[in-house]
Amino acid sequence: MELLYAITLGVLTTCGIYLLLRARTFTVILGLTLLSHAVNLYLFASGRLVAGAPAIVGLTERSADPLPQALVLTAIVIGFAMTAFVVVLALKAAVELRNDHVDGENPDEDLT
Amino acid sequence: MALGLVILLPLLGALLPAFPRGGTSRQLACLAALPAVSSFALLLSWLPRVSGGETVIRKLSWLPSLGLDVALRLDGLSLLFALLITGIGCLILLYARYYFEGNASAARFYILVLLFMAAMLGIVLAENLLFMLVFWELTSLVSFLLIGFNSGRQAARLGARMTLVITGGGGLALLGGIVLLGQIAGSYELSVVLEAGDRIRAHDHYALMLNLLLLGAFTKSAQFPFHLWLPHAMTAPTPVSAYLHSATMVKAGLFLLARLHPALAETELWFHLVTLTGMATLMVGAFVAMFMHDMKGLLAYSTVSHLGLIMLLLGLGTPMAVAAALFHLVCHALFKAPLFMMAGYVDRATGTRDMRHINGMWRFMPVLMVLSAIPAAAMAGLPLMSGYLSKKMLFGESLLVTTPSWATVIIPAWVTVAGLFSVAYSIRIFHNVYFNGRPIDLPVWPPREPRLAALTPIALLALATLYVGLAPAGLNTLLVHPAFLASRQAELAAYDFTALGGTLPMLMSLVALVGGALFYRMRGPLFRLHARLPEVDATEIFDWIMLRIIALSQQRVFQLENGSQQRYLTFIMVTVVVLVGVELLAVARWNGGVAMAPLDPLTVLAAILLCLAAIGVVVFHHARLPALLLLGVTGLFVTVAFARFSAPDLALTQLMVEVMAVVIMMLALSFLPQQSPRESSRRRMARDLAIAGLMGGGVAAFSFAILTRPQRTISDFFLANSLPGGGGTNVVNVILVDFRGFDTLGEITVLGIAAVAVFAFTRDLHLKERVVDTNPAHWVAEPHPIMLGTVARLVLPIALLVSAYIFLRGHNLPGGGFIAGLITAVALTLQYMAGGLVWAQERMLTAFRPLIGAGILIAVFTGIGSWLFGYPFLTSAHGHMHLPLIGDFELATAMLFDLGVYATVVGATLLILANLGKLMTVAGPGKEIG
Repeated sequence: MELLYAITLGVLTTCGIYLLLRARTFTVILGLTLLSHAVNLYLFASGRLVAGAPAIVGLTERSADPLPQALVLTAIVIGFAMTAFVVVLALKAAVELRNDHVDGENPDEDLT
Repeated sequence: MALGLVILLPLLGALLPAFPRGGTSRQLACLAALPAVSSFALLLSWLPRVSGGETVIRKLSWLPSLGLDVALRLDGLSLLFALLITGIGCLILLYARYYFEGNASAARFYILVLLFMAAMLGIVLAENLLFMLVFWELTSLVSFLLIGFNSGRQAARLGARMTLVITGGGGLALLGGIVLLGQIAGSYELSVVLEAGDRIRAHDHYALMLNLLLLGAFTKSAQFPFHLWLPHAMTAPTPVSAYLHSATMVKAGLFLLARLHPALAETELWFHLVTLTGMATLMVGAFVAMFMHDMKGLLAYSTVSHLGLIMLLLGLGTPMAVAAALFHLVCHALFKAPLFMMAGYVDRATGTRDMRHINGMWRFMPVLMVLSAIPAAAMAGLPLMSGYLSKKMLFGESLLVTTPSWATVIIPAWVTVAGLFSVAYSIRIFHNVYFNGRPIDLPVWPPREPRLAALTPIALLALATLYVGLAPAGLNTLLVHPAFLASRQAELAAYDFTALGGTLPMLMSLVALVGGALFYRMRGPLFRLHARLPEVDATEIFDWIMLRIIALSQQRVFQLENGSQQRYLTFIMVTVVVLVGVELLAVARWNGGVAMAPLDPLTVLAAILLCLAAIGVVVFHHARLPALLLLGVTGLFVTVAFARFSAPDLALTQLMVEVMAVVIMMLALSFLPQQSPRESSRRRMARDLAIAGLMGGGVAAFSFAILTRPQRTISDFFLANSLPGGGGTNVVNVILVDFRGFDTLGEITVLGIAAVAVFAFTRDLHLKERVVDTNPAHWVAEPHPIMLGTVARLVLPIALLVSAYIFLRGHNLPGGGFIAGLITAVALTLQYMAGGLVWAQERMLTAFRPLIGAGILIAVFTGIGSWLFGYPFLTSAHGHMHLPLIGDFELATAMLFDLGVYATVVGATLLILANLGKLMTVAGPGKEIG
C-alpha cells in the first residue's frame, strides 16, 4: 500500500511540474492544483497510512495521527484561496496584455 | 552613560532642524548648533582626565554571539579627533548660517551635517571594531547625500556617485580586513587587538589583512590613486567641503591607521605600503594643486597632498614621526577649514571660483584678506606659523630614516620638493585672489565683502592657527601627546619645540620657501608649459571602468534573467533536483523496514484512476475544458484517498473545495482561450518531462522511504488531552480551534486577505472585450435551466441545515467551522449558478467583506476573552450541555472561535465567487459585490 501511495504521489508531482513548466497561465494553474494535491497528500502521509481509525477519541483503539490532518485541512482551504487569487491574476494579465502567455507576450509577437 | 551622549546628542539633535517651519535662519542655526555645542562641551569636560593618561571605556552588550558590543572608548587619540570633529563642526554650523542665508534647503544641510558629525564621532569613539565599521559606512552614506546636496546639478550627482563608489568599495575592503583582524586577534575589542600586535604581525594572513585595511583607509583619506573622488566632491556646497573634505572625513583613514598603529605597524610591509603611498599622494597632490585655476580645486588637491604628508609620517613609524603626524593633522584642520570658508565667500561675492578672473580682491574684501593671510601663511609654512613647525618636524624626521638605503636621500629630497610646491600654491591662492592686478569679467559686480559677523568662524580658526604657531607646547601637552600615547602605547619624551633647530631641516625649509616663491614668480611660462602637457583625464578612466563593470554585470544578469518564467522555473527545478538528488542518492536503504499494509483491489483501482486522471490532464491540457474536468476527477480521488486513510475531515473539506475550485476555474475559462496553442518544441517537452519525472521520482522515493520508517509523533499528547483539555473528541477539530488555535487565526486571516485581494483585482477589471473571440454566447446567454433552479431552491434549506449540524457536531465528530463554512458556500454558490447573479443578488445579503471581518474579529475576541479570566490568549473553557432534540454536547468557547472560522470561510469563498461571477455577467449589477 505504501509503495502504491508513493508512486501515486510521484505521478501527481510529475504531472504537476510538467504543467507548471508550460507557457500558458491556465495550464500553469492546472499544474499548481495538481502539485498542491501532491503536497497535501504527502504532508498527510507523514502521519502514516492508517485505515478505519479516524482521530476521534473513543471511536477505535488506535487512531490516525490528527496533527498532519489538522495542518492539511487549513492548507487545503488556503490553497483554494490562493488558486482563486492566481486565477484572478491570470485573468487580469490576459485582459490587460491581450494574451495569456506567462511572460505577458506571445513569443511570435517579437517576430512581427 | 555620558560618553554615549556625545554621539547621541548630534544623532538625535539631527531631528531638531526638521521641525520649525518658517523660522529665521538664525533660529534654525541655533537649533542645529545646540547638540553640536553640547557635545563639544561634554568632551571638554573629559579633557583633564584623558590628558592625564586615562582611558575611559563604556560597554553595553548588544549582540554578544557576534562579538558585537556597543562599546565606546575615550582616550587621547579619540578625544583629539572628537574635539576636532565637534569643534570645527560648531564653526561650520556658524559658517553655514551665513552661507545658506535665505536658502530654503538650509534645514536639510543642518540635519545631514549633524548626522555626519554623529557618524564621525562614532568612528573615533568606538571601542569595538565592528561597531566602528557601522559608523564608517554611515559617513560614506551621509557624505554621498552631502556632496549631492544640490541634486539638481549633474556634476553634483556624478561627484557624489564617484565618492560613494570609491569610499564604499574601500569600506567593503575594510570590512574584510577588520573581520580578518578580529579573527587573528580573537576579539573585535580594541583593547584586546592593540595588545595583540606581535601575534598579529606574525600571522600568516597579516599581509592580506593589512592590504585590505589599508585599502579602506587609503580610499577614505583620498590617497593616490584613489584621491580622484576628492576634487570631484568639490561640487558640494562649501561648508561641506570645509567640514568633510578638510577637517574630518578624509581624516578618518588616518585615524584608523593611527589607532591600529600598535597592532599593525613597524613591519617592512607597513613601511613600504604606507610610506610610498604617502609619498606619491604628497607629490601628485602638490603638483596638481599648483596648476589648478579653480580655488576649491586647488584647496582640494592641496588637501590630498597634506593627507599624503600625514600618511608618509605614519608610514615612517618612528615615535617622533607619529607625533608629528598627529600635530600636523590638527594644524591642517585648523588652517584648511578657514581657507575653504574664504573660498566659499569669494565664490559667493564674485560668482566664480576661477582664479584667472578673481584678482585684486583686497580692494573689495580687506578684512577677509587679513584673516585669510594667516591660514595661507600656515599652509605655506612661514616661520612662526603652525605649518612651519609641522613641516620642520617632517623634514627632521625624513632625515632620520636610515633603512632602506634608498630612502635616506630620496625621502628628504622628495619632501623638500613637495614643500616647495606647497609654498607655491599657498602663495598662489592668497596673492592671486587678493592681488595680481584687477578682476577680469566677474559674473557678479561689484564683489561685496560679507558682513563682519559672517567672518567670525574664519577669525576664530585663524586665531587658533596663530596660537598653535606661537605656543605649540600647549596643544602638544594637552592633546597631541596624550593622543600619541594612546596611539603608540609607548613613552615619548616631551617634544621640545624650541629645539627644532637643526641646520639641515632649517635649510630644507629655506629651500622650499625661496624655491616656492620663485616658482610662483615664474608661473606665467610654467602655466603655458603645463598646458602643453598631455592631459590625463582620470575621470574618463574611472567612467570607463565603471561602464565596463556595469556592462559586464548587465550582460551576466541578462544571461540569467531574460524575463521568461519558464526559464526561471526550470532553473529552480533543476537546482532542486540536483541539490536534493545528491542527498537522496546517499540514502542507503529505501525500504525502512516497517511492514507495509496489504493492498486491496478497490484502493488499487482508485489509485490507478487518480494517476490516469492526472496524466489525462497533462495529455489533454491543450483542450482546456476537458483538462479542467479531469482535474476535478483527480480532486475527487484525492478526497477518496483522505477518506480511505482515516481522515473524514479532510475528505469533506477537499470535496467542498474541489467543487468551488472547479467552478472558479470554469468561470475564468469563459474569458480565456479554450485551447492552449501547441508551441513547445519536442525537445523542450522532452526536457521538461525529464525534469518533472526526476522530481516525481524523487518525491515518490522519498515518500516511500518515510512511509516505511517508524514514526515518532507528538500527537499522543493531543489524543490524550483532547477530551479532558479541549472538551471535544474530534481531535483534528480540537487541534484547529484549541491546541493550535493561534495558527488557525493566522490562516483565516490569510484567507480573508486573499479574498479581499481577489475583490480588489476584479473591481477594475473590465472584461467587456474578451481575449480571444470564441463566440462566448453559449457561456452566458443561455438561460438558467429551470430544473437546476427548482432543485437549488429546494436544496438550500436542507444544505444550510446540514451545515449547521456539521458545525455543531464538529468538536466531537468530523465537521467544524471550515467544513460547515464550505458547505454553506457551496449551497449559496448553487443559488448563484441556478438563478444568476442578479437573481441571487436581489435575494441575498452580500456584505461579504464585513462578514470576513466579523469572522476574524469573533475569533480574536474569543481569544482575548480568556485574558479576562487571567488565562493566556485563546485558552478555551468548556462545559457539558443538553438541548432537547439535539441531545448532549460539549459547549466550549472553542465553538465561538469556530464560529469565527465559519464566518470567515463563508465570506471569503463567496466574495471570491461573486466577484468572479460578476465579471462574466453581461447584464450584471455592474457594481462591486461584497
